[in-house]
Amino acid sequence: MFRRLRDDPPIAFTFEGAVVQGRAGDSVAAALLALGVRAPRDTAVSGTPRGPYCMMGVCFDCLVEIDGIANRQSCMVPLAPGMVVRRQRGKRDV
Amino acid sequence: MRDFDAAVIGGGVVGLSIARGLAGQGLRCVILDEGDIAARASRANFALVWVQSKGMGLAPYGHWTQRSAAAWGAFAEDLRAETGIATGLRQNGGYALALSEDELDARRAAMMRLHNQPGWDAIPWEVQDHATIARAMPAIGPRVVGGVFCPLDGDVNSLRLFRALHASTVSRGATYLPDHPVQTIIPQPGGGFLIRTAARDIAAARVVLAAGLGNARLAPMVGLAAPVRPQRGQILVTEKAAPFLHHATITVRQTDEGGVMIGDSKEEAPPDTRTGPGIIAVMAQRAQAMFPVLGSLNVVRTWAGLRVMSPDGFPIYDQSVATPGAFVATCHSGVTLAAAHAELLAPMIAAGRLDAPLAPFSARRFDVPQAA
Ligand SMILES: Cc1cc2nc3c(=O)[nH]c(=O)nc-3n(C[C@H](O)[C@H](O)[C@H](O)COP(=O)(O)OP(=O)(O)OC[C@H]3O[C@@H](n4cnc5c(N)ncnc54)[C@H](O)[C@@H]3O)c2cc1C
Ligand code: FES
Repeated sequence: MFRRLRDDPPIAFTFEGAVVQGRAGDSVAAALLALGVRAPRDTAVSGTPRGPYCMMGVCFDCLVEIDGIANRQSCMVPLAPGMVVRRQRGKRDV
Repeated sequence: MRDFDAAVIGGGVVGLSIARGLAGQGLRCVILDEGDIAARASRANFALVWVQSKGMGLAPYGHWTQRSAAAWGAFAEDLRAETGIATGLRQNGGYALALSEDELDARRAAMMRLHNQPGWDAIPWEVQDHATIARAMPAIGPRVVGGVFCPLDGDVNSLRLFRALHASTVSRGATYLPDHPVQTIIPQPGGGFLIRTAARDIAAARVVLAAGLGNARLAPMVGLAAPVRPQRGQILVTEKAAPFLHHATITVRQTDEGGVMIGDSKEEAPPDTRTGPGIIAVMAQRAQAMFPVLGSLNVVRTWAGLRVMSPDGFPIYDQSVATPGAFVATCHSGVTLAAAHAELLAPMIAAGRLDAPLAPFSARRFDVPQAA
């Protein structure tokens, strides 16, 4: 669905255990969308699949687990090499 | 020709609870409300159905609260059956936690004073120590020295309660009119009322003032008084987490959807709904001392609401002597009292007079001259 305008230098990270690639300057959400991952979370109440929507920190629909921390807004987190990203499945544990 | 048997002014939780009850009694009912941008405590509250601390200085308020809490289970079930909306009522007992021995002593003393009032019907409560509370709620932190537990306390999802009240009231045949702020109420010769709103005039046999803070201005138009003032309360809510707080406490509760609400301050304040970092920081620190795991949760929203506060903090229920058929109802615990308003108060209004047990709530109590 999304096509990159430029090819910035690649950045390797893992999503659900698989090594994948984003680009320098991506947010985690942008990298996932570019990889075709449109719904990286299931909602906390009904378990409905959802994905990044506003891309500016407002809607909270882009939540993922990053480096072991749950419920992070992937649109607000710059992608960094070696990040370990997982789907957010429902409510986080505390 | 009168358009309606009863006009309820105000579409907050108090007005809707009463309107639902009136419609259930077969009255043709209209609810006149302001628009989206209104001071509406019903959308801002902490959602406790709370008994343990209610009634110091006015025993009948304690009894009224207890009757409402006792009626809440059937009320919630009826709402669900009528609308399909579950209010998330949980009445498995609640805590007031103390972070020092002094705090715990003060809470214990307050409960004893409450219970030593003349005419008080005993309710179950106990002071629990840290270890006992930790068995029920393992998430408490080491600074919690103990707390007061009352098995009658609980909470709901107040936004879903609000939606269910709307749906049920309308399904019972009542007419809800937003963007109809009431400007004046004119008692008619021979009975009934002409109600001037910004949109149009409405004629009704009875009028019920349930306009929250708006009651202060409206009440004198029908020979009543409702000297209420705004008191600001602030609330924080965290991201949703798996359930870990198994009981409501008076300042921290986990909603049925997983978010943790931290509340709620009491500020005598100008009538605005700004939030402020000072008070919020104190609330967050105390909450984290009670439940250290909160430190790992993100706060996603904060907001402030305006409580509807009478001079002594107790509800005002009154009927007009000068213009029969006019009633006023206002309180600062409209969630807790929703069941009483729908099931007990509305039938009295439908019958045309408030029963004797509500006499202590008349605003005439504020007329007593002060001793020199
Ligand atoms: C921070 C906070 C925490 C709270 N926590 C709890 C709690 O845990 N448990 C509990 O039981 N209660 C709690 N409350 C109190 C509870 O929310 C209120 O008691 C309740 O919402 C009051 O309802 P109301 O309908 O009287 O007023 P409101 O909700 O303020 O509604 C009044 C309505 O009247 C309308 N209105 C005003 N003037 C006019 C007019 N001239 N014409 C037409 N319509 C008019 C307004 O638009 C509004 O819709 C809390 C309140 C706050 C602010
Ligand atoms: S996409 Fe809306 S908050 Fe991230």
